[in-house]
Amino acid sequence: MPAMSHPAFVHHAVLLSLVLFALGTLGVFLRRNVITVLMCIELMLNGVNLAFAAFSRAAGTLDGQVLVFFVLVVAAAEAAVGLGIVIALHRHRDTLDLDAFHLMKG
Amino acid sequence: MMDAVLFYLFAALAVGSALVVIGQKNPMYSAFALIVTLCSVSVIFALLGSPFIAVLQVIVYAGAIMVLFLFVLMLLNVRREEEGARPQGGRVLQVVALALVALLGAQAAVVLLQVEPGPAPSFDASTRAMAAVLFSPRYLYVFEATSILILAALVGAVVLAKKEL
Amino acid sequence: MTVSPAAQELILAVVEVALVVGVLLGLFSVMTWVERRTLAFMQFRLGPNRTGPWGVLQPIADGIKLFFKEEVMPAAADRWAFLAAPVVAVTTALLAVAVLPYGPPFTLPRWVWPGWLQGRTLQIQIASIDVGLLFIFAVTALGVYAVVLAGWAANSKYSLLGGMRSSAQMFSYELALGLSWVGVIMVAGSFQIADIVGSQAGWFWHWNLIRQPPAFLVYFIAATAEVARIPFDLPEGETELVAGFHTEYSSMRFALLQMAEYINMITVSVLCTNLFLGGWNPGLPFLPATGILGFVWWGTKVSLLLFVFIWLRGTLPRFRYDQLMGFGWKVLIPVATAWILVTATAVAVHVRHLQVASR
Repeated sequence: MPAMSHPAFVHHAVLLSLVLFALGTLGVFLRRNVITVLMCIELMLNGVNLAFAAFSRAAGTLDGQVLVFFVLVVAAAEAAVGLGIVIALHRHRDTLDLDAFHLMKG
Repeated sequence: MMDAVLFYLFAALAVGSALVVIGQKNPMYSAFALIVTLCSVSVIFALLGSPFIAVLQVIVYAGAIMVLFLFVLMLLNVRREEEGARPQGGRVLQVVALALVALLGAQAAVVLLQVEPGPAPSFDASTRAMAAVLFSPRYLYVFEATSILILAALVGAVVLAKKEL
Repeated sequence: MTVSPAAQELILAVVEVALVVGVLLGLFSVMTWVERRTLAFMQFRLGPNRTGPWGVLQPIADGIKLFFKEEVMPAAADRWAFLAAPVVAVTTALLAVAVLPYGPPFTLPRWVWPGWLQGRTLQIQIASIDVGLLFIFAVTALGVYAVVLAGWAANSKYSLLGGMRSSAQMFSYELALGLSWVGVIMVAGSFQIADIVGSQAGWFWHWNLIRQPPAFLVYFIAATAEVARIPFDLPEGETELVAGFHTEYSSMRFALLQMAEYINMITVSVLCTNLFLGGWNPGLPFLPATGILGFVWWGTKVSLLLFVFIWLRGTLPRFRYDQLMGFGWKVLIPVATAWILVTATAVAVHVRHLQVASR
């Protein structure tokens, strides 16, 4: 793969990862559907992956890439278990609204 | 020059579809927008000189995890107008969330804009080099541990989703 | 007028893309005719023989009919997903086409017209990337979404179930497909398909068909399931039973879905030729492997594989869904994994042997 010649790429990639992470955080705070919240968490993980890859490029080592690999694996495991929990929740309450799961409140 | 055009194009696409993910009422459309985001981020990985994790991102994230999301969404037959009138927590939480995120963005932007971009060193992220690092004694234990993690996640997902244990 | 090297590369790239896509679309229409005639002969009837001699103009007649047919969209369907499904199908099918080599490297003779092309060695491959096979795997993984979108868009329970079942079939056999490649990659030492063909040079027992028979079997079965051909064509067969995922499509959108399926079939055959049948290498080292004869060997093998796909369609009954999924997960994946272990051991022992021998 040819290396990029524009010098500000790594910078702008880190800024992009910040924007993705911020948007994901907003989504986690503001959405009510459980699955949408899980998807916004995946968005945050993607922002983090992008930051890892950009810094790995800037430093010239491959440790960042290896960390991206591991984050990918962990995200897959987390998505699988999270969706299993969502299915179990839906079976009990027949709704996916986060506000409905308030039994432990107060 | 072509690289710059592609980078900004796919960065804009990623941000646009991320906005659709967090804004769209219908969760199916959010899922499709997330797939677009993942593919754009994969292209940016490739532009950053890492073909291996670019392809891995599409295979694992866009090709497997999102299929899982879509299957669960279709299985649970999520109503198309699921979201209620107001986001969770009420107006106060909305404002607080926006303020926190804006603060985070401003802090990071201030730091980033102060640093001058230097030339990036030469970089070999081919699969061979990745394998050399991944199977080196530094990461070999972690690599084997992730296989056990995946096994645990597999068993956990099957148990959680079963009707009766 | 001198043409700069950058402009030369651009012109060559554009010509290659036009050539590959044009030949593929032409091959798609020829394949429809070949399939209908061959199936007919296998079933003791004649097939299309009215439009033109031996019915060769049948694909053109079909195209004209489909062009003028009315585009129907169900009123309750999800408009964007309905429109997007054929687009995703064709896009992923054509993306996979981009990293395959279509024949051997050939040297242009001295008398071609643009001066800068004389004596140049070219290979018909649109993009030669480092991780070629992984890219094809990624694009195949994205192809599942076409089925998912089409199944969901029609907004009917049967269509949705059909779409979910066929997408489950596709990504289950995708795993076996990817695993079957690992042995081949280990032996060749590279993800690039041109290198894998190069590792099969020489005698025909260097072909991966002979060196790795279980991988070839797993690949062929998984590829048939991936393309949803008989005996794994539950996605299409459901059109006869209940509503399949492409029942609601008519006219050009249906043609696009069919085109995506045939292009996938051609891609899978080209990949099988390159990975397992030696590509453009004849089995005998005294025959040339490049130039025009290389194209002849390569083309023969690809045509043979396409014929085998049609032959299977005319001969075998369809799998039931639980048989299909059980076979994919409980037979193909363990066989592929076990074969990877065997290959890895053999490669490691061979490398150690070479290291010891060179001391």
